[in-house]
Amino acid sequence: MMTVVEINRLTKDYEIGFWRKRKVRALDCLSLTINQGEIFGFLGANGAGKTTTLKLLMRLIFPTEGSARILGHDIAEVAMHSRIGYLPENPYFYDYLSAMEFLNFCGQLFGLSKVERTSRAKELLSRVRLDESKWDTQLRKFSKGMLQRVGLAQSLINDPEVVFLDEPMSGLDPIGRREVRDLITALRQDGKTVFMCSHILSDIEVLCDRVAILKGGRLAHVGSLEELRQQIDGRNVVEMVVSGTHETALRPYLPGGKDLRVTATPTGLRIELTKEGDVDEVIIALRKTGGKLVSVQPLRQSLEELFLDQK
Amino acid sequence: MDADTKYIRVYIQANMGRITAIAGNAFREAVRDRVLYNLVLFVLLLTGGAIFLGELSGGQERKIIVDLGLSAMLLFGVFIAIFVGIGLVYKEIERRTIYAIFAKPVGRGEFLIGKYLGLCLTLLVNVLVMGTGVSAALLYIKHGWDPLVLRIWPAILLIYVELAILTSIALLFSSFSSPALSALLTFFIFIIGHFSADLKGLATSMTSSGARWLFSVLYYLVPNLANYSLITSAAHGDVPSSSYVAAVVSYALLYVSIILATATLIFSRRNFK
Repeated sequence: MMTVVEINRLTKDYEIGFWRKRKVRALDCLSLTINQGEIFGFLGANGAGKTTTLKLLMRLIFPTEGSARILGHDIAEVAMHSRIGYLPENPYFYDYLSAMEFLNFCGQLFGLSKVERTSRAKELLSRVRLDESKWDTQLRKFSKGMLQRVGLAQSLINDPEVVFLDEPMSGLDPIGRREVRDLITALRQDGKTVFMCSHILSDIEVLCDRVAILKGGRLAHVGSLEELRQQIDGRNVVEMVVSGTHETALRPYLPGGKDLRVTATPTGLRIELTKEGDVDEVIIALRKTGGKLVSVQPLRQSLEELFLDQK
Repeated sequence: MDADTKYIRVYIQANMGRITAIAGNAFREAVRDRVLYNLVLFVLLLTGGAIFLGELSGGQERKIIVDLGLSAMLLFGVFIAIFVGIGLVYKEIERRTIYAIFAKPVGRGEFLIGKYLGLCLTLLVNVLVMGTGVSAALLYIKHGWDPLVLRIWPAILLIYVELAILTSIALLFSSFSSPALSALLTFFIFIIGHFSADLKGLATSMTSSGARWLFSVLYYLVPNLANYSLITSAAHGDVPSSSYVAAVVSYALLYVSIILATATLIFSRRNFK
């Protein structure tokens, strides 16, 4: 699989203070690769270095050390930016322009012809579900959610191969979030690569093929969600729900130790096992006490739990 | 043709297109931010001048109209060049509109040149409308054709060139310093630039070698804006020679090129936090 984004020991220090300047490391030796066609989620608490990484890739700031390549080109190459799209966090565009004028201006920056610009702008504004009656309204009259939609449209004006989205769901209502989720999924179907930062973990969980978690400017974990769960918490918890019996009746037949936790529920018991092999013993114990097995399922940590573990 | 070659080719071809787009957008911003509303004030000033001052000046009304009109043109232009010029870059950084621009295939030099040309276009429209206003006032006073109507235009051209130099200086300062400091420094350059000849005189008359060196450096660094101040001679109907106009315009082109190159060099290293 072709590597689309290659980040190699990328480091960024900021100098703060007026007289006595001191260095603060915002990003520390970040190395990552992102493959063609994948949706890559970039997670981290505020100040973890997510936006710094995106700004470095967009050459808005310059690295202290390290390098990065997008589509095989160094990020300093301006021409390479013809092939990528970027949605900044909390986008603020020229508010004296209308949505159509702004997209037309963006198209000009990519060297698109007038016909191409107009048709692409109309197509994209429809795709991000911006009400047609608002297309010629100045952006200063737009709500945050509407600006976010325009921001998404401008990031796609050049039909990019890679799209970088910084908090794409920010400011959107639940319907808007759903629509943007569908849009990102459609981008993957079109063969695009998407690199997205988000605080909305459920969206990352639903959309992303792979996820990286940043902690204090350092890469804490990277991999598929399944791999992350394994890396962070190697335990495979199995949940069994049973009825028709009591803890006191069941306890003598159950294996002991810390690998088992029993909780009473209104209809029976909920048993959490960290050893899969103990499932058979619980079933045998149920038969002996006349209980019934309602369900057995592996319990997965949600991304939110994983994320909170890292904070 | 592979994707790389295609995009690099498109990038180079689109170079002028991007500069034009940024310039057009800067002009549109000036128009929508009502920068050209200063023309209304200018017209009011000129109308008042034509009606009242001419009657008081005993046959000197044409001279006064030209003096008043061209001086107001310079003054209004200087305000626009400084206050709009310093905001060209600062506003973009402050409002973060620059983030979406530099993520696109736009070089920092292209951005600065585009912004510069956009403001120059705004100033050109301003100067042309004001120049037409002064010409119309002259026709109104004379109740017929007046040769001054054409003779003032070389002076108007040089006012415009002076404003273009000042805009480049405002842009240079705004590429690395705060708006207030940029405005102050640009205004100082405007004042010192009109006394450039005195700097040279000071450099030769000083006894201390350090002071001589300082004034000589200032003389060569600061643009000689006195070259562009032909308002009084225009009021007397004097027209500068074409070789003089060509020389000072060439000097301006060179000066602006150096200033924009320096601004690009500084701006290219700037981090947008």
